[in-house]
Order: sequence, then structure tokens, then C-alpha cells
Amino acid sequence: MKINLKFKLPQKRTDGTVRKYTRSKFGNFMFFAFLFLFGAFSVLPLIYSVVTSFKPLDELLVFPPTLFIVKRPTLNNYLALPDLISGLNVPLSRYLTNSLFISIAGTVLHVIAATAAAFVLSKVDLKFKKTIFLIIQLSLLFNAYTLSIPRYLIYNGMGIIDTYWVYILPAIPSSMGVFLMKQYMDGYIPDALMEAAKIDGANYLRIFWSIIFPNVKPCVLTLVLFAFQSIWATIPTGTIFNESLKTLPTVMSTISAGGIARSGASMAATVIMMIPPIVVYLFSQSSIKETMGSAGIKG
Amino acid sequence: MKKNKLITVIKERGQIYLLIGPFLILFFLMTVLPVLSSVVLSFFNFDMVSLPTFAGLDNYLRMFIQDDVFPTILKNTFVLAILTGPAGFLLSFVLAWMINEFRPAMRTLLSFMFYVPSLVGNALYIWTIIFASDSYGYMNSFLLSNGLITAPKQWFSDEALIVPIVVIIQLWMSMGTSFLANISGLQNINPELFEAGAVDGIRNRWQELWYITLPGMQHMLLFSAVMQIASAFSISSIITTLAGYPTVGYAADTIVSYLTDVGSVKYEMGYASALSVMLFVMMFGTRSIIVKLLKKVGQ
Repeated sequence: MKINLKFKLPQKRTDGTVRKYTRSKFGNFMFFAFLFLFGAFSVLPLIYSVVTSFKPLDELLVFPPTLFIVKRPTLNNYLALPDLISGLNVPLSRYLTNSLFISIAGTVLHVIAATAAAFVLSKVDLKFKKTIFLIIQLSLLFNAYTLSIPRYLIYNGMGIIDTYWVYILPAIPSSMGVFLMKQYMDGYIPDALMEAAKIDGANYLRIFWSIIFPNVKPCVLTLVLFAFQSIWATIPTGTIFNESLKTLPTVMSTISAGGIARSGASMAATVIMMIPPIVVYLFSQSSIKETMGSAGIKG
Repeated sequence: MKKNKLITVIKERGQIYLLIGPFLILFFLMTVLPVLSSVVLSFFNFDMVSLPTFAGLDNYLRMFIQDDVFPTILKNTFVLAILTGPAGFLLSFVLAWMINEFRPAMRTLLSFMFYVPSLVGNALYIWTIIFASDSYGYMNSFLLSNGLITAPKQWFSDEALIVPIVVIIQLWMSMGTSFLANISGLQNINPELFEAGAVDGIRNRWQELWYITLPGMQHMLLFSAVMQIASAFSISSIITTLAGYPTVGYAADTIVSYLTDVGSVKYEMGYASALSVMLFVMMFGTRSIIVKLLKKVGQ
């Protein structure tokens, strides 16, 4: 490629971010306008759920439904929730604790197991590691529906039916997490980092924990989000019978099953269920951005 | 001396197995074993009540020779995969790339907006209101009041309408896993490469995209491609939520919605497994082609 003598290097702004000379102001504006327009379209279900959850009964039953407007906002839908649940012989706090416990335990164990496995598959010599990795990738392409019966038999054989393990164990070996982490390590963690540590006499466990793990933090945060989101929403079918081991989504779906009179309360329940994943999303994605060198432009 | 070396090797191996072992054991139990049983089951007749009986290739012969519905379902699956897969793949990269041009706070906001449909549990519900088939449905009432149509449209009874609607919704929902993976990948491309590019005479963001960004994203693009294949070939909940099962003349039903019906309603798990294996073979073939194509990016 020809060397352009009139080049300008990226300039540092006062706030530490870098302004790239390859960006035109007009282009930036067009990008923003385009993204905002499409983005607004994507936020609709969130706005709709929040707005609906504040609607009084008569407004909920209006036809045609008003999607995004509430005339007389009320908290009644939220206040009705404890009553709707009071029929169950287990307090709401128990479901909440169960949900938080399995989501956090499952997420932590998945992230550690997946990152460790990805580390070996990406950076360590191991026989058959290509084959293992291919099988992990291909497992993502097998439809989960027909797996439910064999899985039930396996849980039964392990004796984990009706225990917390039914939630946690299947979440740990999620292929997607290993696949993403392995791709990330292949792409962005240089092998030299590993070689240097080996020459210094560090062992594999040490290299993994004190060198690799901190360096893949952005990807770890993304895995945290994916794992938490999926475990949080899990509704077990035929594997949990003990009421005190059930979780929030199960309770919330029984509320939603109550028909049109409960549509307000069920929307309130939906909104409450959204909060933890949204919090984890914001935590995970904003921390990612902090750990990166930023090369942004003005929005 | 020799003995010491042997001990070191054994220790090293031990550490490697400790890192990858927990994942592999659980992966085998929770995924590999169920998939293998499902494949075996596809050669049996199994109604979930009596014991499976061996059926040889009957299930596969039935699929291709006797089943009148299968050709339609197969065609629908391919059509939807072709219409949503490549577009979803490109969109999740292009939007991530555009968002990555902005400063961190704006990035978090914009990526959050696009991720909302994956984050909230009831994203599909809003579409059932928009495309309600009476004159109160939002789309119908909009078109009626503007004089574009004279009678409300039955959105999901019309073959020509249902496929485009499903495609739009699928694309709208596809800013999930691969979108976030792309964002985390984009932020990790070595900033020195961009500076070097500036010196080499790269003049605008498009050149930078092709010569620096895309080659730096190869690993994430493979991940993204596999995830898109998995979701594009498995579209089903959108159709069953909006149009029910089966759609008129099986106009939009896919292998996944068909096999779910075969298993859950007709209790033919053997045939459902055979359909599942067939679907896997299709996705596997597609993946092999995509892997070859991706190697050419940025060259």
C-alpha cells in the first residue's frame, strides 16, 4: 500500500478518548440517526411492558389497546402480587432466594468451568483437543427438544431429581460459553503471554488463574450475562416437585395463567422478572467498556 | 533427574485434566450422552409409554417417502434460514461495528436498546397486538385509516404475508448473543493496528473496516456464524406464538415446530428424533460451507 505522507495520527482528546481522523462528522451523524431509529424500534416491548404494568383495570380492557399510553397510572398491579401468591404455602421470599441462589451459583460455576476448559483448548497441548472443540461447536446445532427424555433419565440416574442440582448442573457445561471464550482467547490473547509465564516457571493452574483469567475479563463479563439470563429464566419441567425448591419464573407463570383479569398483575410480574437480568446487563456491559482502551467518537 | 522430569510431566498433565475435566465430564453427561441417545432413538419407535421397538430406517424412509407434510416443512425451514441467517449475521456485525464507533456511555445505551428483545421475556407479545387480524390490530387499523386496504387483513392466513412477517420479527430478535460477542470482539482489536493502518494510508472507515477490523474479527465471526445457523434453522416459537400450529396449509411451519408437535402431541419420539437428526445434518452442512467462506474475509 502507498504511504500517504500527509497522514495524521489519532489524536487524544482532553477526556482521554481518541479522535480518529478516519471519521467524518457527517458519517458519525448518519450512523447515530440510523442506530437511534432502529434502536427505538427494539425498545418497544420494554416500554410496552412497563407502561402496561401501571395501567388500571379499565384501561387494560380498552379496545383497541393503547400500547404506550397510560392515563391514570396506578401501583395496584404491583400491590396485588403478594395477595395472588399468598395462596401458596411457601413465602415469596423463598422463591426469590431460590432463584438468586441457583442463578448466582450456576453462573459462577459455569464461567469458571468454561473459561478453564477454553484455556486448555486454546493454549495448551492436548491430544484430541481439535476433535473435542469440534464436538462442542456441533452440539450447538442439535435441537434441544428431543434431548429432554434422555436428560431426565440421566438426572434420575444421578439421583438429582428434586434438588438444586437439577438447575445448576446442566447450566455448567453450556457449550456456547466455551465456544465464545475459546474464540476470544484465540483472537485476542497472544500465545507469547503463555510462553513467558511458562519460562518463569509458573504452572498451568497459576497461569490460568493469575494471567489468563484477568486478561479475558471482558469475555468473562459477557459469559456472566448469558449464563445469568438463561438460568434466571429456567422453568424446570418434571424435575422439581418440592414447592420450596421452586423459583420465581414458575410462580410468575402461574400468575400469568390467571386470564385477562390478571393481565395487569401478570405484566407487573413480568416487569419484576426483567429487573435482575437488566441489572446484570448494565453491570456487565459497562464494566466491559471500562476495561477497554476507548477509541470512540462523539455521539 | 529422569524421575524428576517424569513427576513434572505427571503434575502438568494432572493440572490440565483438572482444568478441563469438570467441564468435559458434565458436558458428556448433559449433552453428548443425550444427543447420542436421541440419535439411537431415531432408529426406534417410541411412544413414551411402552418400551421402544427397533424400527431400522423406517423413520427416515417415512420422512422422505410417506410423509406428505415433510417436503413443505423442509422447504419452509430452508427458505426461512436463507432469508434470516445471512441477514442476521450481517446485521449483528454491522450494528455492533457502528455502535463501536461511539463513546462508551453512548455505546452502552445503544447496545442496550438493541439487546432489549433478548433481555425481556415477553418480546413476542407486542407483535401479536400489532398483527392482530381484526380491525383493532395496529397494522390493520393503520392501513384502514389510510385507505390502503378496505378490509382487515388476516395476517397469518395468507402465505404471502406470514413469511415476511416472521423474517422481520426474527431479524428484530436476532441482536442477541452474536451481537454482544461482536461488540466485545471489536473492542479488543489491538489499537496499534489502527495507528499502523493510518501510517499505511488508510483514509476512511470503510478501508479500515476491510483491512483491519474484519481480519481482527475472524474468530468472533465464526462464533457468530455458528450461532446464526443454529437460530436461523430453528425458528419456531415466533410462528407458533403468532400464528399457532399448524399454520394454514403448513405455510410457515418449520422442522422444529413440526418435530415438537410430533413429539408432544402425537407421542412419536422416534420420528421426532429422526427429524432432529435430519435438521442437524442440514446445519452441519451449512456450517462446513460457511467455515470455508469465512477464511476468505479480509484478503
